[in-house]
Amino acid sequence: MYKKRMAGVKVPHRKNTAALAPVAIPLPKQVVIPMSMHIGAPAKPLVSVGDMVKKGQIIAEEGGFVSAPIHASVAGKVTKIDTVLTSAGRYMPAVTIQTTEEQPVDENIKPVHIANKEEFLQAVNNSGVVGLGGAGFPTRVKLTVKTKVDYILVNGAECEPYITSDTRTMLDKPDLVMEGIELLKRYLQPGRVVIGIEDNKPDCIELYKKRCANLTDVDAVALPALYPQGGEKVLIHNITGRVVPAGKLPIDVGCVVINCTTLAAIANYVKTGMPLVEKTVTVDGSAVAEPKNVIAPIGTPMQDLFDFCGGFKEEPGKILYGGPMMGIAVYDTEQPIMKNTNAIIAMNKKDGKIDEPSNCIHCGRCTAVCPLHITPFAIERAFKTENDEELVKLEVMNCMECGCCSFSCPAKRPLVQVNKLAKMRVKAYQAKLEAEKKAAAEAAGKEEKKA
Amino acid sequence: MNNLNVSVSPHIKSPITTQKIMTDVLIALAPVTIASFVLFGIRAVLLVCVCVTASILCEFLSQKVMKRKVTVSDGSAAVTGLLLALSLPANAPLWQAAIGSAFAIVIVKQLFGGLGQNFANPAVTARVMMLISFSNSLAVATNTVFFDSVSSATPLAMIADPSKGTVPDYLQLFLGNHAGTIGETCSLALLAGGIYLIVKKVITWHEPFIFVATVMLLSIAFGRDPLTDVLTGGVLIAAFFMATDYVTTPAQTYGRMVFGFGCGLITMLIRVYGNYPEGVSFAILLMNILTPYIDNWTKKKVIGGAAK
Repeated sequence: MYKKRMAGVKVPHRKNTAALAPVAIPLPKQVVIPMSMHIGAPAKPLVSVGDMVKKGQIIAEEGGFVSAPIHASVAGKVTKIDTVLTSAGRYMPAVTIQTTEEQPVDENIKPVHIANKEEFLQAVNNSGVVGLGGAGFPTRVKLTVKTKVDYILVNGAECEPYITSDTRTMLDKPDLVMEGIELLKRYLQPGRVVIGIEDNKPDCIELYKKRCANLTDVDAVALPALYPQGGEKVLIHNITGRVVPAGKLPIDVGCVVINCTTLAAIANYVKTGMPLVEKTVTVDGSAVAEPKNVIAPIGTPMQDLFDFCGGFKEEPGKILYGGPMMGIAVYDTEQPIMKNTNAIIAMNKKDGKIDEPSNCIHCGRCTAVCPLHITPFAIERAFKTENDEELVKLEVMNCMECGCCSFSCPAKRPLVQVNKLAKMRVKAYQAKLEAEKKAAAEAAGKEEKKA
Repeated sequence: MNNLNVSVSPHIKSPITTQKIMTDVLIALAPVTIASFVLFGIRAVLLVCVCVTASILCEFLSQKVMKRKVTVSDGSAAVTGLLLALSLPANAPLWQAAIGSAFAIVIVKQLFGGLGQNFANPAVTARVMMLISFSNSLAVATNTVFFDSVSSATPLAMIADPSKGTVPDYLQLFLGNHAGTIGETCSLALLAGGIYLIVKKVITWHEPFIFVATVMLLSIAFGRDPLTDVLTGGVLIAAFFMATDYVTTPAQTYGRMVFGFGCGLITMLIRVYGNYPEGVSFAILLMNILTPYIDNWTKKKVIGGAAK
């Protein structure tokens, strides 16, 4: 493994549910399936109100190249197709399905036969799988690579506190993970495959070291449990020593990073034909009575999962999609489980309290812990004075928004939030420069014509 | 379920707060404060009380007047007051100590925007101001209570002018039984405090180490005794507690090393060539002014950023 590792922060692990095998939730009364559970264009609904759908049936097709189809997670009747306010603060069309007692499975679901790379990519598309680590980037797009792949990195780092759904995938479905690796090896022809696992999961490391012992080109490596180990840029750097330049993708440095649960979902689709319709979700946090790993159909309201885990033992102060480092706070518990939901966390009033920021004391912790050596304290100063040129110089665009700076700030300043806002400023500034340049060129062209 | 908090990630924070850092600094200053009470007696107790009380009071009043949030509880004013007291000789008049504290808090800190906004270390700047304005009382150092005579020359003054006396032996220098400001003499207590700060990760070893190493190397180069140069004057208290002040020193490791080197260099240049026997305060003040530039020059390269 590469010696010089990127910086990060020691977050509390709180992997309370690591030893708990996932349990399936009883069938929810209804599911609300948003048409955008991925990065890119929303999917286009194929059903209309009143239609009866079967489990696994396609209900929306991809809305563009960067998009993914969506399938019915339960059998039932489509009762509503309207817009919902998502936790990201956008209105999004969503299909509501009232479940029926009978749960017939779509008759088109059967093992998938694949002969070549095109068929493999088509299968990945049809499976509806997107990046299940949290980002939700359509996997078919990620795997459509034109250049040589040196490394495929299977991401089993799971560096966020609380979350153990990837741990459970690795422990409960090792066959599917290894089959997924075989598929990628066959159709992407990588030089090497490396499974990266944080060293706070010794059982996973042992299992995969054993599984890889007889394979020449697949390795499992233990990574230090240092957040954000599972961040794409960090994982690539710490395993291969390669650096993804700002604005570039992993494939530009010959790497493909894929989450272990994503891989298992693809293998499962190829094996059974069942697309991505349910997720293993870690339900935890200081307000949850009995933390569990729960298998729930996509579209199930959060509240059903909390109820299944014994409800709240304390009044929740903050509820999150995902882990506490990068998760999104929601405004109510009717929000649905989505494809890329790997955990829902309910914090009690004390944990969910919002910190009052005080003055920056220039201690340098934010930059010392930044994996990419960005200087958040300087960015904050430049942002406050609206100094766009300085923001460009400070290379804020390189920020991957992992939140280490905010985490470590003794003054509790919202540094990563400022970075996000600064990135928007820089984008607008660069667009303005571009437009000015174009206008100047046009003006020069006119002058020339006159002359 | 309508009273859920919604905020931007991350939703957990490290337990370190500004208040805890300041508390750690106060704990680290405890040994030397106690040593000063033992060595200089009731005068030291009075000086510490006056400076700390005046600093906290001035912080409170100026924040009230400027209609800012009162942040006395963060402990930074107490640290400033204590550091100023420790860098005064025992015979300094209390009213001068109070004026010095007010100058540090109101003029150097609050007028520039409060905690984190000042460009110069308040305690150091106040001491320099007092050294110039009240030179009669500040230049004369007081002996510890273990001596018969009340005042004497500091060891550094003895080095500069051997007719003033002979420099005490290393053990006396290390334990602090010699003339000087109340907080600079006991090297043992200062080292204990400094090591505490490094162990608690409040500071890194870079700045104090480079500072002290530079002083020693230059001392050898000038044909002086390196150990005496480190154990006397304000080198240790400055290296551990003043050159490591977050606000007024560079934020990154390389910058901190440059800062430490600069402090050591200026200190020795003043000791050897200057009119004052001691130059630590001036060294820190001058380096404080350079801090933004050092920060700029020593910025780490962004990984994956544009080539420079």
